Amino acid sequence: MSTVTLFGLCGAVLIGLGLYGALTHPQPLRKLIAFNLLGSGIFLLFGAIARRGSWTTVGGDPVPQALVITAIVVAFAATAMAVALLLRIFRESGEATLSPAEPASAASERRDP
Amino acid sequence: MSLAYVLEAALAVLVLGAAAWSIAARTAFAASVGFVSYGLLLSLVWVQLAAIDVALTEAAIGSGLTGVLLLSAAATLRPTEARSAAGPGWPMRILAAVCCGLVTAAIAVVVVTLPATAPSLAPEAVAALPVTGLGNPVTGVLMAFRALDTLLEKVVLVLALIGVWSLAPDRYWGGHPGLRHRLPADGVLPFFARTLPPLGVLLGIHLMWTGADAPGGAFQGGTVLAAMWLVVMMAGVRDAPAIRERWLRLALVSGPVVFVLVGLAGMLTAGAFLAYPIDYAKPLIILIEVPMLLTIALALGLLVAGPPERASGSA
Repeated sequence: MSTVTLFGLCGAVLIGLGLYGALTHPQPLRKLIAFNLLGSGIFLLFGAIARRGSWTTVGGDPVPQALVITAIVVAFAATAMAVALLLRIFRESGEATLSPAEPASAASERRDP
Repeated sequence: MSLAYVLEAALAVLVLGAAAWSIAARTAFAASVGFVSYGLLLSLVWVQLAAIDVALTEAAIGSGLTGVLLLSAAATLRPTEARSAAGPGWPMRILAAVCCGLVTAAIAVVVVTLPATAPSLAPEAVAALPVTGLGNPVTGVLMAFRALDTLLEKVVLVLALIGVWSLAPDRYWGGHPGLRHRLPADGVLPFFARTLPPLGVLLGIHLMWTGADAPGGAFQGGTVLAAMWLVVMMAGVRDAPAIRERWLRLALVSGPVVFVLVGLAGMLTAGAFLAYPIDYAKPLIILIEVPMLLTIALALGLLVAGPPERASGSA
Protein backbone atom coordinates (compact mmCIF):
# COMPACT_ATOMS: atom_id res chain seq x y z
CA MET A 1 0.00 0.00 0.00
CA SER A 2 1.46 3.35 -1.02
CA THR A 3 1.56 6.56 1.02
CA VAL A 4 -1.28 7.94 -1.07
CA THR A 5 -3.52 4.91 -0.50
CA LEU A 6 -2.70 4.81 3.21
CA PHE A 7 -3.62 8.45 3.84
CA GLY A 8 -6.56 8.26 1.43
CA LEU A 9 -7.99 5.43 3.53
CA CYS A 10 -7.16 7.44 6.66
CA GLY A 11 -9.27 10.29 5.21
CA ALA A 12 -12.12 7.85 4.50
CA VAL A 13 -12.12 6.65 8.14
CA LEU A 14 -12.01 10.26 9.41
CA ILE A 15 -15.06 11.10 7.28
CA GLY A 16 -16.94 8.13 8.77
CA LEU A 17 -15.91 9.03 12.34
CA GLY A 18 -16.86 12.68 11.92
CA LEU A 19 -20.21 11.77 10.37
CA TYR A 20 -20.96 9.38 13.24
CA GLY A 21 -20.10 12.03 15.85
CA ALA A 22 -22.18 14.70 14.12
CA LEU A 23 -25.18 12.32 13.97
CA THR A 24 -25.10 10.86 17.48
CA HIS A 25 -23.77 13.57 19.84
CA PRO A 26 -26.60 15.54 21.47
CA GLN A 27 -24.41 18.53 22.40
CA PRO A 28 -23.93 21.13 19.66
CA LEU A 29 -20.28 21.73 20.58
CA ARG A 30 -19.51 18.03 20.17
CA LYS A 31 -21.32 18.06 16.83
CA LEU A 32 -19.13 20.99 15.81
CA ILE A 33 -15.93 19.12 16.72
CA ALA A 34 -17.19 16.09 14.78
CA PHE A 35 -18.07 18.29 11.84
CA ASN A 36 -14.52 19.68 11.81
CA LEU A 37 -13.18 16.11 11.80
CA LEU A 38 -15.44 15.32 8.86
CA GLY A 39 -14.20 18.40 7.02
CA SER A 40 -10.51 17.74 7.61
CA GLY A 41 -11.06 14.12 6.51
CA ILE A 42 -12.45 15.42 3.22
CA PHE A 43 -9.45 17.76 2.81
CA LEU A 44 -7.10 14.84 3.47
CA LEU A 45 -8.92 12.63 0.97
CA PHE A 46 -8.69 15.43 -1.60
CA GLY A 47 -4.99 15.94 -0.89
CA ALA A 48 -4.25 12.22 -1.13
CA ILE A 49 -6.17 11.82 -4.40
CA ALA A 50 -4.42 14.87 -5.89
CA ARG A 51 -1.03 13.55 -4.78
CA ARG A 52 -1.21 10.72 -7.36
CA GLY A 53 -0.92 13.03 -10.34
CA SER A 54 2.00 15.10 -9.10
CA TRP A 55 4.03 12.09 -7.98
CA THR A 56 6.27 12.18 -11.02
CA THR A 57 6.32 15.90 -11.85
CA VAL A 58 6.89 18.34 -8.98
CA GLY A 59 7.10 18.15 -5.19
CA GLY A 60 3.39 18.55 -4.66
CA ASP A 61 0.60 19.73 -6.93
CA PRO A 62 0.21 23.42 -5.94
CA VAL A 63 -3.39 23.83 -7.15
CA PRO A 64 -5.11 21.43 -4.70
CA GLN A 65 -2.77 22.70 -1.95
CA ALA A 66 -3.96 26.26 -2.51
CA LEU A 67 -7.59 25.07 -2.49
CA VAL A 68 -7.10 23.20 0.81
CA ILE A 69 -5.43 26.24 2.42
CA THR A 70 -8.43 28.37 1.43
CA ALA A 71 -10.78 25.65 2.68
CA ILE A 72 -9.09 25.45 6.10
CA VAL A 73 -9.43 29.21 6.59
CA VAL A 74 -13.10 29.19 5.52
CA ALA A 75 -13.81 26.19 7.80
CA PHE A 76 -12.31 28.16 10.69
CA ALA A 77 -14.49 31.19 9.91
CA ALA A 78 -17.60 28.97 9.86
CA THR A 79 -16.59 27.32 13.15
CA ALA A 80 -16.07 30.71 14.80
CA MET A 81 -19.53 31.79 13.63
CA ALA A 82 -21.11 28.56 14.96
CA VAL A 83 -19.36 28.89 18.35
CA ALA A 84 -20.56 32.51 18.63
CA LEU A 85 -24.15 31.42 17.88
CA LEU A 86 -23.90 28.63 20.45
CA LEU A 87 -22.54 30.93 23.17
CA ARG A 88 -25.31 33.47 22.45
CA ILE A 89 -27.94 30.71 22.83
CA PHE A 90 -26.28 29.80 26.14
CA ARG A 91 -26.28 33.42 27.35
CA GLU A 92 -29.97 33.83 26.45
CA SER A 93 -31.35 30.54 27.76
CA GLY A 94 -28.70 29.14 30.10
CA GLU A 95 -28.71 25.98 28.01
CA ALA A 96 -26.77 24.80 24.99
CA THR A 97 -29.09 22.40 23.29
CA LEU A 98 -30.66 21.91 19.89
CA SER A 99 -33.84 20.33 21.24
CA PRO A 100 -36.73 22.79 21.51
CA ALA A 101 -37.05 24.04 25.10
CA GLU A 102 -40.37 24.24 26.91
CA PRO A 103 -41.47 27.89 26.61
CA ALA A 104 -42.19 28.32 30.37
CA SER A 105 -38.81 27.15 31.64
CA ALA A 106 -36.97 29.01 28.89
CA ALA A 107 -38.66 32.26 29.92
CA SER A 108 -38.02 31.79 33.65
CA GLU A 109 -34.37 30.89 33.17
CA ARG A 110 -33.74 33.72 30.79
CA ARG A 111 -30.83 35.69 32.04
CA ASP A 112 -28.59 38.39 30.78
CA PRO A 113 -24.82 38.21 30.56
CA MET B 1 8.50 -3.04 4.32
CA SER B 2 10.69 -0.01 4.88
CA LEU B 3 11.07 2.02 8.06
CA ALA B 4 9.48 5.07 6.40
CA TYR B 5 6.40 3.03 5.67
CA VAL B 6 6.14 1.77 9.26
CA LEU B 7 6.39 5.37 10.49
CA GLU B 8 3.67 6.48 8.09
CA ALA B 9 1.39 3.66 9.23
CA ALA B 10 2.08 4.58 12.88
CA LEU B 11 1.23 8.23 12.09
CA ALA B 12 -2.06 7.17 10.48
CA VAL B 13 -2.91 5.12 13.58
CA LEU B 14 -2.12 8.09 15.86
CA VAL B 15 -4.27 10.45 13.76
CA LEU B 16 -7.20 8.04 13.83
CA GLY B 17 -6.69 7.47 17.57
CA ALA B 18 -6.79 11.20 18.33
CA ALA B 19 -9.84 11.59 16.07
CA ALA B 20 -11.64 8.70 17.80
CA TRP B 21 -10.77 10.25 21.16
CA SER B 22 -12.29 13.60 20.21
CA ILE B 23 -15.52 11.76 19.29
CA ALA B 24 -15.60 9.35 22.25
CA ALA B 25 -14.27 11.56 25.08
CA ARG B 26 -16.70 12.08 27.96
CA THR B 27 -16.44 15.86 28.22
CA ALA B 28 -16.35 18.50 25.50
CA PHE B 29 -13.15 19.91 27.03
CA ALA B 30 -11.37 16.55 26.67
CA ALA B 31 -12.71 16.25 23.13
CA SER B 32 -11.32 19.71 22.31
CA VAL B 33 -7.90 18.73 23.67
CA GLY B 34 -8.09 15.62 21.49
CA PHE B 35 -8.98 17.78 18.51
CA VAL B 36 -5.92 20.01 19.01
CA SER B 37 -3.55 17.02 19.08
CA TYR B 38 -5.40 15.55 16.12
CA GLY B 39 -4.75 18.76 14.15
CA LEU B 40 -1.04 18.72 14.97
CA LEU B 41 -0.73 15.06 13.94
CA LEU B 42 -2.71 15.76 10.77
CA SER B 43 -0.23 18.49 9.84
CA LEU B 44 2.51 15.80 9.94
CA VAL B 45 0.38 13.79 7.47
CA TRP B 46 0.34 16.83 5.18
CA VAL B 47 4.13 16.97 5.40
CA GLN B 48 4.21 13.32 4.27
CA LEU B 49 2.01 14.29 1.31
CA ALA B 50 4.64 16.96 0.37
CA ALA B 51 2.18 19.77 1.15
CA ILE B 52 4.24 21.90 3.56
CA ASP B 53 2.09 25.00 3.03
CA VAL B 54 -1.03 23.05 3.96
CA ALA B 55 0.77 21.53 6.96
CA LEU B 56 1.61 25.03 8.27
CA THR B 57 -1.98 26.20 7.77
CA GLU B 58 -3.45 23.09 9.42
CA ALA B 59 -1.15 23.42 12.45
CA ALA B 60 -1.78 27.16 12.85
CA ILE B 61 -5.48 27.51 11.99
CA GLY B 62 -6.98 24.00 11.92
CA SER B 63 -5.36 22.99 15.20
CA GLY B 64 -4.25 26.19 16.98
CA LEU B 65 -6.94 28.83 16.46
CA THR B 66 -9.84 26.35 16.20
CA GLY B 67 -8.45 24.74 19.36
CA VAL B 68 -8.52 28.03 21.32
CA LEU B 69 -12.07 28.63 20.13
CA LEU B 70 -13.26 25.12 21.10
CA LEU B 71 -11.44 25.05 24.45
CA SER B 72 -12.85 28.38 25.60
CA ALA B 73 -16.37 27.42 24.42
CA ALA B 74 -16.09 24.06 26.19
CA ALA B 75 -15.03 25.80 29.41
CA THR B 76 -17.98 28.22 29.19
CA LEU B 77 -20.51 25.49 28.39
CA ARG B 78 -19.25 23.05 31.01
CA PRO B 79 -22.23 23.62 33.39
CA THR B 80 -24.67 22.56 30.66
CA GLU B 81 -23.00 19.22 30.00
CA ALA B 82 -24.43 17.33 32.96
CA ARG B 83 -27.97 18.45 32.06
CA SER B 84 -27.71 17.69 28.37
CA ALA B 85 -29.93 15.07 26.79
CA ALA B 86 -28.66 11.49 26.67
CA GLY B 87 -28.69 11.35 22.89
CA PRO B 88 -29.96 8.47 20.77
CA GLY B 89 -30.20 4.97 22.25
CA TRP B 90 -28.05 1.99 21.32
CA PRO B 91 -30.13 0.73 18.36
CA MET B 92 -29.95 4.16 16.74
CA ARG B 93 -26.24 4.45 17.48
CA ILE B 94 -25.55 1.08 15.90
CA LEU B 95 -27.60 2.05 12.86
CA ALA B 96 -25.65 5.34 12.57
CA ALA B 97 -22.34 3.46 12.96
CA VAL B 98 -23.30 1.00 10.22
CA CYS B 99 -24.33 3.80 7.84
CA CYS B 100 -21.14 5.80 8.53
CA GLY B 101 -19.13 2.59 8.07
CA LEU B 102 -20.78 2.16 4.66
CA VAL B 103 -19.80 5.74 3.69
CA THR B 104 -16.20 5.02 4.74
CA ALA B 105 -16.22 1.70 2.87
CA ALA B 106 -17.53 3.32 -0.31
CA ILE B 107 -14.83 6.03 -0.19
CA ALA B 108 -12.19 3.39 0.60
CA VAL B 109 -13.20 1.41 -2.51
CA VAL B 110 -12.79 4.59 -4.58
CA VAL B 111 -9.36 5.29 -3.05
CA VAL B 112 -8.11 1.75 -3.74
CA THR B 113 -9.43 1.56 -7.30
CA LEU B 114 -8.26 4.99 -8.48
CA PRO B 115 -6.17 5.07 -11.66
CA ALA B 116 -2.47 5.61 -11.00
CA THR B 117 -2.25 9.14 -12.38
CA ALA B 118 -4.65 12.00 -11.85
CA PRO B 119 -5.30 14.93 -14.15
CA SER B 120 -3.09 17.74 -12.90
CA LEU B 121 -2.50 21.41 -13.55
CA ALA B 122 0.85 21.25 -11.74
CA PRO B 123 3.04 21.34 -14.91
CA GLU B 124 1.18 24.41 -16.22
CA ALA B 125 1.34 26.13 -12.83
CA VAL B 126 5.07 25.49 -12.51
CA ALA B 127 5.77 26.47 -16.12
CA ALA B 128 3.95 29.81 -15.76
CA LEU B 129 5.46 30.58 -12.34
CA PRO B 130 8.51 32.62 -13.49
CA VAL B 131 6.15 35.21 -14.98
CA THR B 132 4.83 36.06 -11.50
CA GLY B 133 8.30 36.57 -10.03
CA LEU B 134 7.49 34.05 -7.29
CA GLY B 135 9.35 30.85 -6.43
CA ASN B 136 6.69 29.03 -4.39
CA PRO B 137 4.10 27.51 -6.74
CA VAL B 138 1.46 27.43 -3.97
CA THR B 139 1.78 31.19 -3.45
CA GLY B 140 1.69 31.57 -7.23
CA VAL B 141 -1.64 29.77 -7.38
CA LEU B 142 -3.05 31.68 -4.38
CA MET B 143 -1.91 35.15 -5.41
CA ALA B 144 -1.94 34.98 -9.23
CA PHE B 145 -3.55 32.02 -10.99
CA ARG B 146 -6.46 31.60 -8.56
CA ALA B 147 -6.36 35.08 -7.03
CA LEU B 148 -10.15 35.33 -7.20
CA ASP B 149 -10.47 32.46 -4.66
CA THR B 150 -8.11 34.25 -2.30
CA LEU B 151 -9.98 37.54 -2.70
CA LEU B 152 -13.34 35.89 -1.98
CA GLU B 153 -11.86 34.11 1.01
CA LYS B 154 -10.84 37.48 2.51
CA VAL B 155 -14.41 38.60 1.98
CA VAL B 156 -15.64 35.44 3.76
CA LEU B 157 -13.41 36.26 6.76
CA VAL B 158 -14.82 39.79 6.99
CA LEU B 159 -18.40 38.52 6.53
CA ALA B 160 -17.92 35.88 9.24
CA LEU B 161 -16.64 38.60 11.57
CA ILE B 162 -19.69 40.76 10.80
CA GLY B 163 -21.82 37.69 11.57
CA VAL B 164 -20.07 37.15 14.92
CA TRP B 165 -20.30 40.85 15.85
CA SER B 166 -24.01 40.96 14.99
CA LEU B 167 -24.62 38.41 17.76
CA ALA B 168 -23.79 41.11 20.31
CA PRO B 169 -26.66 42.20 22.58
CA ASP B 170 -27.86 45.67 21.51
CA ARG B 171 -26.49 47.49 24.55
CA TYR B 172 -22.96 46.25 23.89
CA TRP B 173 -22.89 47.06 20.18
CA GLY B 174 -19.69 48.88 19.32
CA GLY B 175 -18.07 47.77 22.57
CA HIS B 176 -15.16 45.51 23.46
CA PRO B 177 -15.18 41.79 22.63
CA GLY B 178 -14.86 39.23 25.41
CA LEU B 179 -14.27 39.73 29.09
CA ARG B 180 -11.49 42.00 30.28
CA HIS B 181 -8.75 39.70 31.48
CA ARG B 182 -7.09 40.95 34.62
CA LEU B 183 -4.07 39.02 35.76
CA PRO B 184 -1.29 39.99 38.20
CA ALA B 185 1.24 41.93 36.14
CA ASP B 186 4.11 39.76 37.39
CA GLY B 187 2.37 36.47 36.52
CA VAL B 188 3.64 33.92 34.04
CA LEU B 189 1.15 34.70 31.27
CA PRO B 190 1.69 38.50 31.27
CA PHE B 191 5.45 37.86 31.25
CA PHE B 192 4.95 35.50 28.34
CA ALA B 193 2.76 38.09 26.58
CA ARG B 194 5.53 40.70 26.90
CA THR B 195 8.43 38.50 25.76
CA LEU B 196 6.92 36.37 23.01
CA PRO B 197 5.21 38.90 20.68
CA PRO B 198 8.37 40.66 19.42
CA LEU B 199 9.69 37.31 18.18
CA GLY B 200 6.24 36.19 17.02
CA VAL B 201 5.63 39.36 15.03
CA LEU B 202 9.03 38.92 13.39
CA LEU B 203 8.20 35.29 12.58
CA GLY B 204 4.78 36.23 11.18
CA ILE B 205 6.21 38.86 8.84
CA HIS B 206 9.03 36.50 7.89
CA LEU B 207 6.51 33.75 7.00
CA MET B 208 4.60 36.17 4.78
CA TRP B 209 7.77 37.44 3.10
CA THR B 210 9.42 34.06 2.64
CA GLY B 211 6.15 32.63 1.28
CA ALA B 212 7.11 34.08 -2.10
CA ASP B 213 9.83 31.47 -2.55
CA ALA B 214 9.44 28.89 0.23
CA PRO B 215 6.58 27.32 2.19
CA GLY B 216 4.71 30.06 4.06
CA GLY B 217 2.57 33.00 3.02
CA ALA B 218 0.11 35.61 4.19
CA PHE B 219 -2.27 33.06 5.74
CA GLN B 220 0.32 31.37 7.90
CA GLY B 221 2.04 34.67 8.77
CA GLY B 222 -1.29 36.31 9.57
CA THR B 223 -2.22 33.44 11.87
CA VAL B 224 1.02 33.80 13.83
CA LEU B 225 0.34 37.55 14.21
CA ALA B 226 -3.25 36.80 15.33
CA ALA B 227 -1.93 34.28 17.87
CA MET B 228 0.48 36.89 19.30
CA TRP B 229 -2.36 39.39 19.58
CA LEU B 230 -4.55 36.82 21.35
CA VAL B 231 -1.79 36.08 23.87
CA VAL B 232 -1.54 39.82 24.61
CA MET B 233 -5.33 40.13 25.03
CA MET B 234 -5.69 36.96 27.13
CA ALA B 235 -2.88 38.01 29.45
CA GLY B 236 -4.62 41.37 29.96
CA VAL B 237 -1.55 43.29 28.80
CA ARG B 238 -3.71 45.17 26.26
CA ASP B 239 -7.49 45.24 26.06
CA ALA B 240 -9.30 44.14 22.91
CA PRO B 241 -10.23 47.22 20.85
CA ALA B 242 -13.84 48.46 20.79
CA ILE B 243 -15.33 47.32 17.51
CA ARG B 244 -16.65 50.81 16.80
CA GLU B 245 -13.08 52.06 16.29
CA ARG B 246 -12.68 53.53 12.81
CA TRP B 247 -9.03 52.41 12.43
CA LEU B 248 -10.03 48.85 13.20
CA ARG B 249 -12.74 48.75 10.57
CA LEU B 250 -10.55 50.42 7.95
CA ALA B 251 -7.71 47.97 8.65
CA LEU B 252 -10.14 45.05 8.43
CA VAL B 253 -11.38 45.94 4.96
CA SER B 254 -7.99 47.14 3.68
CA GLY B 255 -7.03 43.65 2.44
CA PRO B 256 -10.05 43.02 0.20
CA VAL B 257 -10.23 46.70 -0.88
CA VAL B 258 -6.61 46.85 -2.07
CA PHE B 259 -7.10 43.45 -3.72
CA VAL B 260 -10.15 44.69 -5.65
CA LEU B 261 -8.42 47.96 -6.62
CA VAL B 262 -5.39 46.09 -7.99
CA GLY B 263 -7.81 43.72 -9.74
CA LEU B 264 -9.66 46.62 -11.37
CA ALA B 265 -6.35 48.24 -12.37
CA GLY B 266 -5.54 44.92 -14.06
CA MET B 267 -8.54 45.43 -16.34
CA LEU B 268 -6.94 48.63 -17.68
CA THR B 269 -3.31 47.56 -17.77
CA ALA B 270 -3.40 43.81 -18.45
CA GLY B 271 -6.82 43.27 -19.99
CA ALA B 272 -8.58 41.22 -17.29
CA PHE B 273 -9.81 41.55 -13.71
CA LEU B 274 -7.02 40.45 -11.33
CA ALA B 275 -4.50 40.19 -14.17
CA TYR B 276 -1.11 41.71 -13.40
CA PRO B 277 1.11 43.50 -15.96
CA ILE B 278 4.02 41.07 -16.34
CA ASP B 279 6.80 43.49 -15.35
CA TYR B 280 5.00 44.55 -12.18
CA ALA B 281 3.59 41.19 -11.03
CA LYS B 282 5.84 40.74 -8.00
CA PRO B 283 5.51 44.31 -6.60
CA LEU B 284 1.73 44.18 -7.11
CA ILE B 285 1.52 40.83 -5.30
CA ILE B 286 3.44 42.32 -2.37
CA LEU B 287 1.18 45.39 -2.45
CA ILE B 288 -1.81 43.02 -2.08
CA GLU B 289 -0.18 40.79 0.50
CA VAL B 290 0.73 43.46 3.06
CA PRO B 291 -2.83 44.75 3.75
CA MET B 292 -4.04 41.15 3.35
CA LEU B 293 -1.72 40.11 6.19
CA LEU B 294 -3.25 42.87 8.33
CA THR B 295 -6.81 41.81 7.46
CA ILE B 296 -6.08 38.14 8.16
CA ALA B 297 -4.37 38.84 11.48
CA LEU B 298 -7.14 41.17 12.71
CA ALA B 299 -10.05 39.05 11.44
CA LEU B 300 -8.68 35.78 12.85
CA GLY B 301 -7.91 37.38 16.22
CA LEU B 302 -11.31 39.05 16.46
CA LEU B 303 -13.15 35.88 15.36
CA VAL B 304 -11.59 34.09 18.34
CA ALA B 305 -12.27 37.05 20.68
CA GLY B 306 -16.01 36.83 19.85
CA PRO B 307 -18.85 39.36 19.83
CA PRO B 308 -18.72 42.52 22.01
CA GLU B 309 -19.64 41.81 25.62
CA ARG B 310 -18.86 45.14 27.27
CA ALA B 311 -20.02 48.63 26.37
CA SER B 312 -17.41 50.88 24.84
CA GLY B 313 -15.34 52.65 27.49
CA SER B 314 -16.35 50.33 30.39
CA ALA B 315 -13.88 48.01 32.02
